[in-house]
Amino acid sequence: MNLTLKIWRQPDRDTPGAMHTYEVADVSPDMSFLEMLDVLNEQLNDKGEEPIAFDSDCREGICGTCGLMINGDAHGPEVTTTCQLHMRSFKDGETITIEPWRSDAFPVIKDLVVDRGALDRIVQAGGYISVNTGSAPEAHSVPVPKEDADRAFNVATCIQCGACVAACPNGSASLFMGAKVTHLGLLPQGQPERDERVVNMVAQHDHEGFGGCTNIGACTAACPKEIPLDVISQLNKDLRTAIRHGH
Amino acid sequence: MKGARAARTTVALKLAMAVSGFVFVSFVLAHMYGNLKAFAGHDAFNEYAHHLRELGEPLLPHEGALWILRLGLILSLVVHVVTGIALWRRAARARTTKYVKKRDTGASKASLMMRWGGLTILVFLVWHLLNFTIGKVNPQGGATDDPYNLLVDTFDVWWMTLIYLVAMVALGLHLHHGVWSAAQSLGWTGTAAKRRRAKNIGFITAVVIAGGYSLVPLAVLAGIITK
Repeated sequence: MNLTLKIWRQPDRDTPGAMHTYEVADVSPDMSFLEMLDVLNEQLNDKGEEPIAFDSDCREGICGTCGLMINGDAHGPEVTTTCQLHMRSFKDGETITIEPWRSDAFPVIKDLVVDRGALDRIVQAGGYISVNTGSAPEAHSVPVPKEDADRAFNVATCIQCGACVAACPNGSASLFMGAKVTHLGLLPQGQPERDERVVNMVAQHDHEGFGGCTNIGACTAACPKEIPLDVISQLNKDLRTAIRHGH
Repeated sequence: MKGARAARTTVALKLAMAVSGFVFVSFVLAHMYGNLKAFAGHDAFNEYAHHLRELGEPLLPHEGALWILRLGLILSLVVHVVTGIALWRRAARARTTKYVKKRDTGASKASLMMRWGGLTILVFLVWHLLNFTIGKVNPQGGATDDPYNLLVDTFDVWWMTLIYLVAMVALGLHLHHGVWSAAQSLGWTGTAAKRRRAKNIGFITAVVIAGGYSLVPLAVLAGIITK
């Protein structure tokens, strides 16, 4: 496969960036998207040019480190992470536009790498449960209904990649917050801090400069873990309950 | 202050948006019922319009009940527009560097048109009030003191009917996304089945309201409703 790539290049946080065009030849359809970028970087290295900076870690779709806007879709045309996207999803001769996640809460560090620390700060604000450390508690002492356990697990699959923010026309992180609030809210261990959790997380979210949700649904379509829009309803319900409880 | 911190969040703005939106849904349904009285003829329509002003008398003064409703609507309008602008501004600030290429995969057209569609409805509302309530403008130059005749004179002019039909398309699209979105903002759609139901109700509401309102101008233009 021969491809034309239009890639955002930006030397650092404070220097303005621009789109650059590159040609890559002999790409195997079995390569992952990141391997294709590795090939391009080898070529740039050989020519003495600065390679393109992009994030990646596990390359098996479970860590949430990689994340690129590919042809206008977060993580590209398939429902998966960028590392699990393969070149067979593209056509020979295609022009592919590659951009970093665009959100003022995710400043660009270099080229395609953004700082997603804002999501960590939302988790620090409330996306946790407080437990005493020490030996693991007896698992059977706090029973959890099977349905709740399954649903909590399904939404706990969020890998905090930021695709929901990147895809959202409002730049909102509501799907991410909804996943955390739903996951912890379904379990007995999440109950004591339930009201403070939702208020603290949403307040931090707003403080970071993310936009408000208007239930468009682009987030859930982009989510590599297929977190459903239901979690945003749960987020709203928990916040409404917190207001009633006087938080 | 009790509840102050939670009440200042974007989620609380959405709650205010949802509640004020549902006030408007109730209003447009009641208003549509009144409009459809035009099919019952001159006297039935005018009697209904007159009765609205006498509602609650003698306990309430003339137009008393009407003004209580109007104040509720004005309050809802202020809440709906102010929260809408606040969320619009936040969204604009959340992404100041735009994508070179962006597809809104998974987003319905109606959901992406809420803000400009809402503004269209607001402009129409001003026009509509000038036409029938505050200004009473008869495009044919006839009398304006007879509600039924004013209605027929207005919609007998094709471009007036066209303006109203365009506004009803905007309203229909706004309701199509707005009704289910409001349900979601209130936290009523916590499962896939409930979400589907809310979306269906949104679609039906949009079709009933946009369709129901369009019947009267079209019937006037077609000569079914005449003076």
